[in-house]
Amino acid sequence: MIRELRPAALLVLLLTLLTGVVVPLAMTGLASAVFPFQAHGSLVAQDGKIVGSALIGQNFTAARYFHPRPSATTEPDPKDPSKTVPVPYAADNSGGSNLAPTAKALIDRVKSDLATAGSAPVPADAVTTSASGLDPDISPANATRQVARVAAARHLPEAIVSGLLAAHTQLPVLGFIGEPRVNVLELNRALDEVRAP
Amino acid sequence: MTISGWAEIALTLALILLAAWPVGLHIARVVEGERTFLQPLLAPLERGLYAAVGVDPGRGMGWQSYAAALLLLNALHFLMLYAMLRLQRFLPFNPDHLAGMSPRLAFNTAMSFVTNTNWQAYSGETTLSPGSQMWGLTSHMFISAGTGIAAAVAVSRAFARGGMETLGNFWADLTRIVLYVLLPIAIVAGLALVALGVPQTLATHADATTLEGARQTISMGPVALMEAIKELGTNGGGYFNANSAHPFENPNAWSSLLETLLVFLIPIGLTFTFGRIVGDQRQGYALLAVIGIFVVTAIAVVYAAEAHANPLLTALGVDPAQGNLEGKEIRFGIPLSVLFNVITTATSCGAVNAMLDSFMPLGGMVPMLLIQLGEIVPGGVGSGLYGLLVFALLAVFVAGLMVGRTPEYLGKKIEAKEIKLAMLAVLILPFSILGGTAWSLVLPQATASLGNAGPHGLSEMLYAYSSATGNNGSAFAGLSADTSWLDTTLGIAMLLGRYAFLVPVLALAGSLAAKVKVPASGGTFPTHGPLFVGLLVGVIVILGGLQFMPVLSLGPLAEHFVLFAGKTY
Repeated sequence: MIRELRPAALLVLLLTLLTGVVVPLAMTGLASAVFPFQAHGSLVAQDGKIVGSALIGQNFTAARYFHPRPSATTEPDPKDPSKTVPVPYAADNSGGSNLAPTAKALIDRVKSDLATAGSAPVPADAVTTSASGLDPDISPANATRQVARVAAARHLPEAIVSGLLAAHTQLPVLGFIGEPRVNVLELNRALDEVRAP
Repeated sequence: MTISGWAEIALTLALILLAAWPVGLHIARVVEGERTFLQPLLAPLERGLYAAVGVDPGRGMGWQSYAAALLLLNALHFLMLYAMLRLQRFLPFNPDHLAGMSPRLAFNTAMSFVTNTNWQAYSGETTLSPGSQMWGLTSHMFISAGTGIAAAVAVSRAFARGGMETLGNFWADLTRIVLYVLLPIAIVAGLALVALGVPQTLATHADATTLEGARQTISMGPVALMEAIKELGTNGGGYFNANSAHPFENPNAWSSLLETLLVFLIPIGLTFTFGRIVGDQRQGYALLAVIGIFVVTAIAVVYAAEAHANPLLTALGVDPAQGNLEGKEIRFGIPLSVLFNVITTATSCGAVNAMLDSFMPLGGMVPMLLIQLGEIVPGGVGSGLYGLLVFALLAVFVAGLMVGRTPEYLGKKIEAKEIKLAMLAVLILPFSILGGTAWSLVLPQATASLGNAGPHGLSEMLYAYSSATGNNGSAFAGLSADTSWLDTTLGIAMLLGRYAFLVPVLALAGSLAAKVKVPASGGTFPTHGPLFVGLLVGVIVILGGLQFMPVLSLGPLAEHFVLFAGKTY
């Protein structure tokens, strides 16, 4: 045992240096040089200001924007740091609801969200929280139900909003890899570009 | 279930097989010190490491020395990580000035990473600096994976020839695996992940002003390399709290497919490595067939469970077409969520791209059962292979009892000593999983951590001890795991699950290595045909699975029936 102490200590140090310092730092430099946009978080800017990341969902509540899925993320309560308060799409504290399918809290939450969700059947993603709480996407069915509201709030013909939605709907590659989805931030940014006719 | 969903799953499994074959053979060449295409580039580094450390890679080690070297290196690495986590405040690359971890959380986290478990009682983005994530966690991901593979290689060698006194050199095995297998694949896969959208930066966050004028702080960091080795080494510890469900760890369907492939690459590849080391590829194919039967069955059951919407929500007027979507991401949908979570629990990876706590009762039961089987189909990198070999010995022992012959596996006679050591290892699973769960369920300070009530609460606790003992690391994450009881006992469960299993297995390998290799005769039970595959599947189900049936009936099975009867908690 004593005989192996020296190689154990030295090898742990050297391998940590290699795999924990040299390679990660080299990788950071390389990634930044080859794929600078992705390496720094796919940040999107508007008029020189960062408005978010193309990959991270953000909360929209105004009628003139498409709304994302509900989010279960939280932040520490400013009044009492040992407790948390719900803050949807808190991109510095990811997480899901972790509610069981038999949890009364889940059923109650969905019931209250359904009250404002329009006629049944409601697409499931409109009333369920995602695993990360930062899901950037909604389903095309969920988005389609919001077209009339968004068009009315912006005084735009529904056809224009529908057209934008269709242009921002991503379909599965080759028909089976991935899911049909709509990136809410991208769609809403495109909406803001449209001037009323 | 949809045809396109199954097509996605079938495509991924086919790609895994295609990729695992050359990787498995590459590992066999690397650990035997043969020339590979990476040698011109990395051989000087390898020689430099041996010289600096002062070891002779050709010196063989008996099983005691091999085990001692392995345990010593792991113990020192554990202490190093514990110190780093406690002293985080004073270490570089900590721009947000995050404080050190509490002693109990640092113990739990260091144990979690040295044992290849990667249980996360902490939340990555709020607790750890980029520095801690890199030299603390990422380095452990490489070295704990290398440790597991080295041990599996040592055990495989025991079957290769007769009359051996040594199992190889641990220092050389570990160094070669890290240099020639883990690093190159992780670097290439890490770059591919960056291309797909995973960040790799020393910045900790970006401040955004949303379109509605709110402030959003977006956490990031050196994620891509950690993500690659986290999957490749079946580690599973995410940079972020939400693990591979976080869009920065797993931005789209392509990244999910790539990560799924990386998780299975080495555990599946090692069946080919084993075949080559023992000089009979059919032996590896038989193990692969056993793994395939469990994995495909598990995917089918979980897919069927999750494609079915929660009946309580359907009754309220929610469209059932999208399946059980609570705790899942739109970009993965049901098929990729099911595939990812089955693959990461069939191995001891434990990464998640959907929240298992919100899976349907049967959808959550199968991942739990895959862990309880002992993380052997195919299990973690290395640990899965030596675990499966233990069950293979028990299977030939059962077959031997049936016909009254001394059992043999690959020409090595299996006698009382070997079976005792095999059972000693296997009994750790029920001891730690059932014992830990039962003890916790009667302690108020433990049940206070439960995030859900009713039978699901029992499932949460059972899952925690299964995951820790199986060195998996995934969770029914509603459980608030950072308490002194859970941090301590789950840390001990990880320790037992890793080393109380590994040491008897290395002793077993040492005993087998010394035996003569008996040539096959007409009376030898062939261990490469369908009969052996069926027998091994049966032994795993009966020995590994059946002991957990009673508790699974009280947890997920009971929840399944009350759910469809419309009861909530």
